[in-house]
Amino acid sequence: MLNQATGTPPDPVVTLRDVHKSFGPLKVLEGVSFEVPRGTVTAIIGRSGSGKSTALRCIDRFETIDRGEIRVCGHRVDAPGLDLRRLRQDVGIVFQSYNLFPHLTIEQNITLAPTAVKGMPRAEARALAAEVLAQVGLGDKLQAYPEQLSGGQQQRAAIARSLAMRPKVMLFDEVTSALDPELTGEVLKVIEVLAASGMTMVMVTHEMGFARGIADEVVFMHRGRVHERGPAAMLEAPTTPELRQFVGSGL
Amino acid sequence: MNGSLNANHLLFLGQGALWTVGLSLIALIGGGAVGFLVALCRVSGVRAVRVASSAYVQLIQGTPLLVIMFLTFFGLPPLGFSVSPLAAAGASLTIYVGAYLGEIWRGAIQSVPRPQWEAAEGLALSRTQRMAKVILPQAVRIATPPTVGFMVQIVKNTSLASVVGFVELARAGQIINNSLFEPFLIYAIVAVVYFALCFPLSRLSQRLERRGARGRTTLMPA
Amino acid sequence: MALTLDFSAVLERWPSFLDGALLTLELAGIATVVGGALGGVAAIGRRSRHAALRRLCEVYVEAIRNTPLLVQIFLVYFGLASLGFKFSAVTVAALALTINVGAYTTEIVRAGLDAIPRGQIEAAEGLALSRAQIYRHVVLLPAIERVYPALTSQFVLLMLASSVTSQISAEELTAVANYIQSDTYRAFETYIVVALVYVALSFLMRAGFWTLGLVLFPRRRRLGTPL
Repeated sequence: MLNQATGTPPDPVVTLRDVHKSFGPLKVLEGVSFEVPRGTVTAIIGRSGSGKSTALRCIDRFETIDRGEIRVCGHRVDAPGLDLRRLRQDVGIVFQSYNLFPHLTIEQNITLAPTAVKGMPRAEARALAAEVLAQVGLGDKLQAYPEQLSGGQQQRAAIARSLAMRPKVMLFDEVTSALDPELTGEVLKVIEVLAASGMTMVMVTHEMGFARGIADEVVFMHRGRVHERGPAAMLEAPTTPELRQFVGSGL
Repeated sequence: MNGSLNANHLLFLGQGALWTVGLSLIALIGGGAVGFLVALCRVSGVRAVRVASSAYVQLIQGTPLLVIMFLTFFGLPPLGFSVSPLAAAGASLTIYVGAYLGEIWRGAIQSVPRPQWEAAEGLALSRTQRMAKVILPQAVRIATPPTVGFMVQIVKNTSLASVVGFVELARAGQIINNSLFEPFLIYAIVAVVYFALCFPLSRLSQRLERRGARGRTTLMPA
Repeated sequence: MALTLDFSAVLERWPSFLDGALLTLELAGIATVVGGALGGVAAIGRRSRHAALRRLCEVYVEAIRNTPLLVQIFLVYFGLASLGFKFSAVTVAALALTINVGAYTTEIVRAGLDAIPRGQIEAAEGLALSRAQIYRHVVLLPAIERVYPALTSQFVLLMLASSVTSQISAEELTAVANYIQSDTYRAFETYIVVALVYVALSFLMRAGFWTLGLVLFPRRRRLGTPL
């Protein structure tokens, strides 16, 4: 009913409505709204400082918001009674700096959360680790330590680690920004395959070409607001001067 | 002669506290001199000197100060050297502190960035000149916070001079306790006095450390 | 006559030295294990969300680190006695050493915890791990790994400092030496021997911690990174 009233596609996995957020005197988000329907990919783009990473981090409650409403997979993220760990079982997040646990092997990195959080038997978790690692093309790296892998491999392992929790939505926070150009391709390919499999995804990215190719919807953020929003094709013909300038400088 | 704690007792404790400070200064000056020598020997160009100074450090850092105290106070007289409690305590602390300060300062000397050594060499300075004019002034800055921190250890360690009968703060407490038998009260007072001596030094060392960390990051070349 | 050294009378008493050395190692072992655990807990407490708990841990650390062990031992010894508890000297010694080393461990482990990058914790939170699970699986071991050399030195210092418990007649190595020198009238020789035993114990402990490090930090072993 609500969906019909607001005219959005049915069944959004993530909904932000009029989200406000300040760090001290600095207003980072000033009324951000968008929805992410199930099985779609949303790319958030914008200059650094536009609030795009903050918006993403709010979805997984790494930042608390001052005002507005966020719903994710049936959780009221802004509500005080939120079951944070339930939310985070439903949401996978991958960071710019991979953040693999350096003292654990890749396999242990992946099995940790399924065994500790879900109580999955160890053998089952191992099989799962092998499966998700194969999915990102690292089937032979189970016993390696993170520092033995390249940056691109580490990021793919981090994606596998998130996938092992069987999330309903995946968040990617500038996951290729720390990588050398020749390593970004392998990570983007993994994300592409994931998108094709029907995973709901929200990504903050600098890779315009990639966003254009993969995103069902692009959210252009400017000064803490959603300045423009639409299908990826809007990047080809930007209507506002801000987006035109941004896309121009990005190419 | 049981009684209660009175002004005379407190005066006696105060005197003991003064001796704690005095003994700490003796240990700092004596141990500082030895430590300086040890630090220089540890980075010497002569292998034998390095090995000998390293052995000294290893031996002393592997031995309790208490045993060194006993060794000088009880061990030397049978060999024909008579030693007063003050001399035994002062000598023991000097030997002990020298090894630890020597290591702290060696670390400081060696953490002066490599290019500084090379630059000094490039200027054709002699080894002594390099040390005195280029390396040591920078090492002093690096060494100050841990040295102040170690002064806390020195003050606390002077309490072990009580075992050879030197009347510093801890011994003064024992003596008063022998007449009053209020051990918990008296040692609590003694502890508070030690705390009053040590805590400011601890805080100062923390502050210097923070300031040093800031200074180093801003000095870091790109 | 003055400068003749004779170690034979002292060395004859080697079984007593051995007993003393064993008790010294026992005291050091108990204090290391229990005090180490206490320090780990207090280090986490110093980073707690509750201000009162943070403050409590800070007071503990500062009170211990700014007073001499000798005075702490007397306070525990006479404090327990005045409360009506009768414990053996060895128990009191172990207790005092534990409290003492716990405070130093707190500060060392805290430094290790503070050095863990924020991103590690966020990644673990993102995987829905609880706070306790994050400490246990993600934070604690790398934190300890970072400060392992400092911890090793601290525990060796503790073993040496346990000599002070001879002052409440715990029959550890230094107390044994005191008996032997008064029996043999060979004070210099006795204390030289006992100093060397301490040096050997220090070496032994360092070797033990090095080996333990290989077990605790398998990555170091695999990749050959030195501690």
